[in-house]
Amino acid sequence: MSTIQAPRSGNSRIALQYRRTSGSKGNFEMLAWLFMRLSGVVLVVLIFGHLFVNLMVGQGIHAIDFGFVAGKWADPFWQFWDLAMLWLAFLHGTNGVRTIINDYAEKTATRRALKTLLYAATVVVVILGTLVIFTFDPCPVLNGQLMDGSPSFCPAP
Amino acid sequence: MSTSTAEPASKVELPASAGGGGEIPSFDITLRVRRYNPEVSEEAHWDDFTLTMYGTDRVLDALHKVKWEHDGSLSFRRSCAHGICGSDAMRINGRNRLACKTLLKDLDTSKPITVEPIKGLPVEKDLIVDMEPFFQSYREVMPFLIPGGHEPTKERLQTIEDRARFDDTTKCILCAACTSSCPVFWTDGQYFGPAAIVNAHRFIFDSRDDAGDMRLEILNDKEGVWRCRTTFNCSEACPRGIQITQAIAEVKQAILSRNI
Repeated sequence: MSTIQAPRSGNSRIALQYRRTSGSKGNFEMLAWLFMRLSGVVLVVLIFGHLFVNLMVGQGIHAIDFGFVAGKWADPFWQFWDLAMLWLAFLHGTNGVRTIINDYAEKTATRRALKTLLYAATVVVVILGTLVIFTFDPCPVLNGQLMDGSPSFCPAP
Repeated sequence: MSTSTAEPASKVELPASAGGGGEIPSFDITLRVRRYNPEVSEEAHWDDFTLTMYGTDRVLDALHKVKWEHDGSLSFRRSCAHGICGSDAMRINGRNRLACKTLLKDLDTSKPITVEPIKGLPVEKDLIVDMEPFFQSYREVMPFLIPGGHEPTKERLQTIEDRARFDDTTKCILCAACTSSCPVFWTDGQYFGPAAIVNAHRFIFDSRDDAGDMRLEILNDKEGVWRCRTTFNCSEACPRGIQITQAIAEVKQAILSRNI
């Protein structure tokens, strides 16, 4: 005698889009969530500190020029400050856009393509920015001569 | 227990004499119902019904009137009709409500009242959706007591404070109003959803239960609590007034403090 399967039994009648593709063990999502909160708090301090020093202190906005930035980056404190701001802002932003892509991209292929693009852009900008902060030289010297267009405050080599 | 919400202001002018055992005032409404019958057409459409209803009537009474007197093919779920069974959650004027707890006089009757099936779950017919994905998530959080240690010879005692810790989340009636109001669930059906997290919360914070760690591990999934964007749609939709977003935040915190 054949038995009739109980109505609505088994996983098979749940549409594919609802079936959880399990396997992602680990705490990545938790750490990403925590990073968003912590980096957000730190960024508030870094960004408002940055704005205050650049726009309010001394002559304020009128003092900003190439020399001002060069002066700041001669100090390891501001190098570190700007480096932290760059990394945190970019990872914070990337993680935010990653969640938006996860929320709104419906096709797996679209999601994968958008995220690849996002990560590539982040890697390029973060590496480029880090190099700029640490290799910045306001008075480049070429063949024993100051290069053309160097600012006037540069000493003769 | 003391979260009784204030009665919404009536949008229909009811004479002051009403409620004195006299005649109940009546008014005309247009009920605009989302119809879908896959045996006839793959396309859903709107049907309008003009009905004369009374000041004491709910949206469910209007649906009954349509089904019993106008169009018997209208399909919807309801069992107790008194806000306990959780069968008749639907989108009324764009908000997830129980049809049996929404009085017509509290809605804007100058415009058609729209009634749609809840979003995010496959529609089977008219206002009936397939609840199976919803219940599957519910089952996965193990919504039953898993005690540890020896079985006591008498009942498992609990202090009033320990009982109050999870009181809010015991009120869930599994109507799916919260999960189907969640924009994350609309695009990602794999998300556990607010209802499953609420029912996990009910046992995670129960002092008599010993499987909290297992439930936290389940909800630490990439489709678990971290998918919540705290839009508060679920708290707004819950017909039992459960502070769902807060419950989800408490589960997040429990996972964090367990892992760090």
